[in-house]
Amino acid sequence: MIEVVNKPYSYSFKSYASKNKNILCLSGDLTSSCEVDIFRDEYPKQFISMGMAEQNMMSFAGGLAMSGFVPFIHTFGVFAYRRPYDQLLASIAYPCRKVRIMGFLPGITTPAGMTHQAIEDISIFRTIPNMTVIETGDASEVESICEEVDKIEGPVYCRILRGSVPRLFNTPLKIGDIRILNRGNDIMLVTTGICTEEALRARAAIASAGISILHVHIHTLKPFEEKKILDLISNVKFGVITMENHLVNGGLGTIISEIISKHGLSKKLIKLGLNDTFAHGGSKQYLAKYYGFDAYALINSIEDFIGQKLNINDKDLETARIEDVHSLSKAEAL
Amino acid sequence: MKNKLNSEDIALGIRRRVFEHCIKNNGAYLSQACSSAEQLAWLYNEALNLGDSILPSVPEKFKGVPNINNKSYKTGAGYNGPIGSEYDRLIFAPAHYALVAYATLIEVGRMSPDALSMFNKDGSSVEIIGAEHSPGMEMHNGTLGIGLSTAAGIAYGRKLKNEKGQTCVFMSDGELQEGQIWEALQVSVYYNLDNLWAIVDVNEQQVDGAMSDVLDIGNIHKKINSFGAKCIEIDGHDINAMRQAKNENHIGKPLIILARTSPYKGMKYLKTRFPRLHYVRFKSEEEREKMNNEISKELGISPIQY
Repeated sequence: MIEVVNKPYSYSFKSYASKNKNILCLSGDLTSSCEVDIFRDEYPKQFISMGMAEQNMMSFAGGLAMSGFVPFIHTFGVFAYRRPYDQLLASIAYPCRKVRIMGFLPGITTPAGMTHQAIEDISIFRTIPNMTVIETGDASEVESICEEVDKIEGPVYCRILRGSVPRLFNTPLKIGDIRILNRGNDIMLVTTGICTEEALRARAAIASAGISILHVHIHTLKPFEEKKILDLISNVKFGVITMENHLVNGGLGTIISEIISKHGLSKKLIKLGLNDTFAHGGSKQYLAKYYGFDAYALINSIEDFIGQKLNINDKDLETARIEDVHSLSKAEAL
Repeated sequence: MKNKLNSEDIALGIRRRVFEHCIKNNGAYLSQACSSAEQLAWLYNEALNLGDSILPSVPEKFKGVPNINNKSYKTGAGYNGPIGSEYDRLIFAPAHYALVAYATLIEVGRMSPDALSMFNKDGSSVEIIGAEHSPGMEMHNGTLGIGLSTAAGIAYGRKLKNEKGQTCVFMSDGELQEGQIWEALQVSVYYNLDNLWAIVDVNEQQVDGAMSDVLDIGNIHKKINSFGAKCIEIDGHDINAMRQAKNENHIGKPLIILARTSPYKGMKYLKTRFPRLHYVRFKSEEEREKMNNEISKELGISPIQY
């Protein structure tokens, strides 16, 4: 049974920022939704309420950085780039300012539909010069992200998980590292964010079907340490499957395809994720299934690779962790 | 550095220098010099507490964009002196006024006149639209509307540090069409940023022509006041009026000075170009010659040799 951690961002941000007085916590009217309400109440001098005005928030954060502070911007991922893209580039990215953008509700982790679901954020942020892009996939990564990204002398965009977050790893996030979760030589599986937990549900069933999977979890999407996975890709028999809580274009799948083509590797690639489509409102389990990037989709992709059925059914998969919509760990607002 | 000349003479010098550049190069952001010369002269010569320039009198070449590996990167803010708690900080919001800013730096002795020979030349930092690395600039403002927000962030940070220096924004009225300006006013008023002030060149012009014909934004004085800032409207060519406006009490509020100006002040003949004043490029050799003769007379100089 996977350990589930309650609001890891809330206590880890508080612990880090309270010890570093040059950090300012900015919130775009999403303070409890981004789990910084306790920090606001305990450290009001380090908190700035920016209201619903993201264009100003981005340039204002640039100005704070110009006066020697390190702003941590808290908002939903979508609101950090869709409306204020110009300000993001001119006030934060171009001048390479030490601004940390904490984007909550990545991909389909919200039932609030298109306006709230950041499904193209990685593709956008990774093409912005000077930007570092990190995606958290478990509680240990959420717990360590503030301290780790604050070492970067430039802007950072992070996908943050909130509420009940599983603990999958026992080591902190180190920028540029990859996590090899399983060694194998038939198929390489590369996952990010919540897709790592989903992929783990199928691992035992796939192994008992006799397929050996090399499973790698990625948190640092930019800069991407391609050297670390180059040999791994080369050495698997059938090919690579990527699984991401994002459009299949522009994110992890595209990064891996760029590496394969750059190095002339002769490997097939199956990209699981949102396939050139917007999503709608619903639970994360429902949406991952509906749009084809859940554990079943993974099994189907493996079957495509090896050209035979694995005969894995529901009871062979580990139970999906269902979050209670009204649990105490759920932030109060969508 | 201050007050070797009077601000009126500096303003005349700015107009003459930008005009000369325009004639020689067959085009320039000329009307901006007409409207803003007094404001920029006054800012640099009197209003702002700036240290001496810390950058070379002849600007260095472009040395790459900001990047964590570009250790030699500098913004152009060094021409406004060092950044220090006691000094004021100037954010130059309308980057299209860059030539006027460069002319001002030359007139107040912060930059060599030779700098203008590098204007808009490949590999130069003296860019046509002021970049972060261009003299007198500290940030890219080519996208209009981000200056006031940035200055508000700086002012907020400086309040936290109890710094004495103020943060000033030089703005233009066209950018008041951008929604971000009003977001910035909201936050500056809410956080009582009285260490923030702005002077707005209200010349009523934008790229397509007169603002009243492109998108009239109504009574900006009333709007800014109702947002809760202290707003004062003056004749933007009257330096005494600027001095008085700056001395107005604005405790607990940012101060916004609306400087009403003429886009052909000092160069009446430029009116023949109305309403296309944003960038003056001569349509014919005859126009260039006529403008050279007429305007040089108004500026009290001989026609420019080109």
